[in-house]
Amino acid sequence: MSFLKKLKEKITKKEEKEQVMTVETNDEVSDAEVEQDQAKERESIADKFISGLSKTRDSFAEKLNDLVAQYRTVDEDFFEELEEILITADVGVNTVMELIDELKMEVKRRNIKDSSEMKEVISEKLVEIYYGDDTEEMEELQLAEEGLSVILIVGVNGVGKTTTIGKLAKRLKDQGKNVVLAAGDTFRAGAIDQLEVWGERVNASVIKHSEGSDPAAVIYDAIQSAKSKGADVLLCDTAGRLQNKVNLMNELAKVKRIIEREVPGAPHETLLVLDATTGQNALSQAKTFSQSTDVSGIVLTKLDGTAKGGIVMAIRNEMDIPVKFVGLGEKVTDLQSFDAHAFVYGLFANMLEETEQ
Amino acid sequence: MAFEGLADRLQHTFQKIKGKGKVTEADVKEMTREVRLALLEADVNFKVVKDFIKRVKERAVDQEVMASLTPGQQVIKVVKEELTDLMGGEQSKIAVANRPPTVIMMVGLQGAGKTTTTGKLANHLRKKHNRNPLLVAADVYRPAAINQLETLGNQLDMPVFSKGTEASPVDIANEAIAHAKDNHNDYVIIDTAGRLHVDEHLMDELKQIRTNVQPDEIFLVVDAMTGQDAVNVAESFNDQLDVTGVVLTKLDGDTRGGAALSIKAVTDKPIKFAGMGEKLDQLEPFHPDRMASRILGMGDVLSLIEKAQNEVDEDQAKQLEQKMRDASFTLDDFLDQMGQVRNMGPLDELLGMIPGADKMKGLKNVQVDEKQLNHVEAIIKSMTKQEREDPGIINASRKKRIAKGSGRNVSEVNRLLKQFTDMKKMMKQMTNQKGKKGKGGFGGFKLPF
Ligand SMILES: Nc1nc2c(ncn2[C@@H]2O[C@H](COP(=O)(O)OP(=O)(O)OP(=O)(O)O)[C@@H](O)[C@H]2O)c(=O)[nH]1
Ligand SMILES: [Mg+2]
Repeated sequence: MSFLKKLKEKITKKEEKEQVMTVETNDEVSDAEVEQDQAKERESIADKFISGLSKTRDSFAEKLNDLVAQYRTVDEDFFEELEEILITADVGVNTVMELIDELKMEVKRRNIKDSSEMKEVISEKLVEIYYGDDTEEMEELQLAEEGLSVILIVGVNGVGKTTTIGKLAKRLKDQGKNVVLAAGDTFRAGAIDQLEVWGERVNASVIKHSEGSDPAAVIYDAIQSAKSKGADVLLCDTAGRLQNKVNLMNELAKVKRIIEREVPGAPHETLLVLDATTGQNALSQAKTFSQSTDVSGIVLTKLDGTAKGGIVMAIRNEMDIPVKFVGLGEKVTDLQSFDAHAFVYGLFANMLEETEQ
Repeated sequence: MAFEGLADRLQHTFQKIKGKGKVTEADVKEMTREVRLALLEADVNFKVVKDFIKRVKERAVDQEVMASLTPGQQVIKVVKEELTDLMGGEQSKIAVANRPPTVIMMVGLQGAGKTTTTGKLANHLRKKHNRNPLLVAADVYRPAAINQLETLGNQLDMPVFSKGTEASPVDIANEAIAHAKDNHNDYVIIDTAGRLHVDEHLMDELKQIRTNVQPDEIFLVVDAMTGQDAVNVAESFNDQLDVTGVVLTKLDGDTRGGAALSIKAVTDKPIKFAGMGEKLDQLEPFHPDRMASRILGMGDVLSLIEKAQNEVDEDQAKQLEQKMRDASFTLDDFLDQMGQVRNMGPLDELLGMIPGADKMKGLKNVQVDEKQLNHVEAIIKSMTKQEREDPGIINASRKKRIAKGSGRNVSEVNRLLKQFTDMKKMMKQMTNQKGKKGKGGFGGFKLPF
C-alpha cells in the first residue's frame, strides 16, 4: 500500500495547508493531534471530492503530480496498486488493462525509472482516454437557436431521471428560459405525481395524461402545448427500463420518432442518466440506449455517495458520448457541469478514504 | 438473464484446463488470472476477488490435486467449491415474530427499488404465506413516494398506513405498529426513504426507527447492477443497522451480478429475495446454491450439445428414428434412451443448461427427481424380454410380479405403462406429420417426470 499511503500523506499535507486552523506540520505532533487531524482530513477529503468536481485543471494536475512523485521507482508494485485504484473505482477491467499496458509502454519508450516522470504520463493518459480526439472543452447543452428545444431523458430504473429533470428545469429557468415538463413515465406508480412536485418546486408547467396511457401520446401533446405556449425548452421524462427489454426499448424509439417528426432538429439532446454506483453494466446501458435513441450526452448521478463513477472512463474509452452533468445530491441545485480533470482526480481521492477505513 | 455473462466467461476458462492430464503451476496461474478477470468484469468486489483467487491458488497447487489422474477437472472442482462457498448455502426463510405483527424494515440507497419491493413482498406474503400485511409509507422525503406506495396498495388491495410528509418517519413507524395490532395485520412492512450510507443524519433516523419498532427483519435492498461500491454500502448499512438479509433487485437485467457474490462474502448476510421485474408478482426467493451452480456449469448450450454428441450414437439414433416411424419402439429402446440422457449428467443440470428453460412454461419449477428415474429403470428391468417388446401382454398377474421384482407398487407399473403408450402415440403423430421429419436422438422424447 505504499503508493497509496504516500499519496495520502501528500494530500494530507496539502489539506493542512489549506485549512484555516492549520496545525504546525512539524515532527513532534502528539498522537491526539494526529488523530484529530486525521478526522478532519477525512472530512475535508470528502468535502474536497464534492468541491473537487468544480476545481480547476491546475489543482487536479498538481495533485496527481504530487501523488506520483511520492513513489520512487516505477515497478510492478506501482502498477499493481494503480490497477487496484482504478478497478475499485469501477473503471472496468478492459480499460484499466489497456491503460496499464499503454503506461508500461510509455515507461519503456521514454525509459522512465523515476516515478516522478510518471505524473505526466498518468494524467495525460487518463485525460486522453476521456477526451479521445475531442477538444478538451466542457460540453454544454445543445439547444435550438430559435424556437422550441426538446430534451429527452432516458435510463434504467431508479437512476435519477425525474430528479435530474427537476434540477435541469431549475437551471434553465435561472437562465431565463421558459420550461415545460412532459410526464412521459406513465408506467411507474406515482411517477406523474413526482414530476408534478418538481414542476411546482421550479414553477414549470407539467403536461400529463393518466397513469397507464401511451407515453408517445403524452409527449405529442406536450410538444403541441409547449409550442402554443411559446416555450423554450421541453424536458421529457420517460419510464425507467432495463436495456435488455426489447419491447420497452422499442417504445422509447417510438417516443423519439414522435419528437423528431413534430419538431425539426429535435430532440436537441437525448440524455442518458447513469447512476454512479453502477458497475460494468453501465456500458451495456450506454450501448443499448444509444442504439435505440442515439444518446447525445450522459448525466452521472449520485456522485455524492462514495461511488466514483469510473465506468464513465470505460464508456468514453469505447464510445463517443460526453458527460454533460453530474448529480451531487437530491436538492434542486445539486447539478453541476462536468469537469473531466476534477473527475479523474476524484477517482483517486476516494480510494484514499477507503484504504484508511 | 443476469449472471449469464459471468457463466460464459468461466465456462470458457474451464474448457481450456478441463482435459489436461498434467497441470503445471503455470496452467493454474493462467486459469486463476482468467477467473480473476471474469469476476472483476462481473463487478465482484476487488478485495473479495483477491481473497478468492488466493484460496483457489493455494488449494489448486496442492499435491493431491496435481497428482490426481484428472488434475484439470480437480482444479475446476476447487474453483467451483470456492465459488459456491462464496455465494452461500440454501435459501433462507423470512422471519415470523412470536407475537404478531412481524415487522420488516426496508432500507437502502436511493433508487434501489425499496418501494416496489415493499409492494412485491407484501404480495408474496399474502399469496405464499396467507398473511395480511400493512404497508407503511415512511419515505417523507422523495417527492410522491407516499403516492407511489398508496398506488401499489390500491393495486394490491392492501392497506397503506401514511401520515403525509410532515410527520417524522419515527412517529409514522410507531403509530403504524399500533395500527397493525388494532387491525389484525400480522406483518408490517416499513418503506423508508433511500439514503446514502454516509449520511449520518439520515442513518440516525433509521437507527431510531429500529430502536422503536424492534423489527424482526431489516432488508437491505440492493440494485444488482451496483459496481465495486456495493461492498462499502452493504458493510456500512450492516454495521449501523445489523441488517438481517438482502433483497437483490433488477436481476431481470443483463447484469453479471457481482454484487450478489460480494455482499454475501463481506457481510455474511443472506440474500433472501430477488426482484425479477417491475410487476408486483415478480419477486422470487433467492436460492444461492442454485444460482451458484447456474453460474458454474449451466446455462451452457454448447456443452449440452457436446454432451449429447458424446453420448448419443449416430447409427443408433437413425435406427431409433425408424422405430419411431413404424411404431416398433419398445420399452428396451426407452431404457436405452433414458440411459443415454442420464449419462449426460443430472437432469436438472441439463435443464439448467438450456437458457430460458427456467422460464419455459411447464419446465418452470420442475424438480427433477432422480429417484423416480431409478424406479422407472427398476420396473422395466423386472420385465421379461417379451414383455418389454410387447407391453400389451402385461396382465394383472404380470404387473404384480413386476412390481414385486422392482420393489415398486402396481400403480407405479400402471403409470409407466400408460406413459409409454401415450409416448408411442405421440411419436406416431409426430412422425406422421407431413414434412416434419422425426429428429431422432432424445429430442422428441417426453421424459417420465
Ligand atoms: N444522493 C443522490 N440521490 C439522487 C441523485 N439523483 C437522484 N437521486 C435520488 O434517487 C432516487 C431515484 O430518483 P428518481 O429521479 O426517482 O429516478 P428515476 O430514474 O426517475 O426513477 P424511475 O422513474 O423509478 O425509473 C430518488 O430518491 C432521488 O432523490 C443524486 O445525485 N444524489
Ligand atoms: Mg422517474
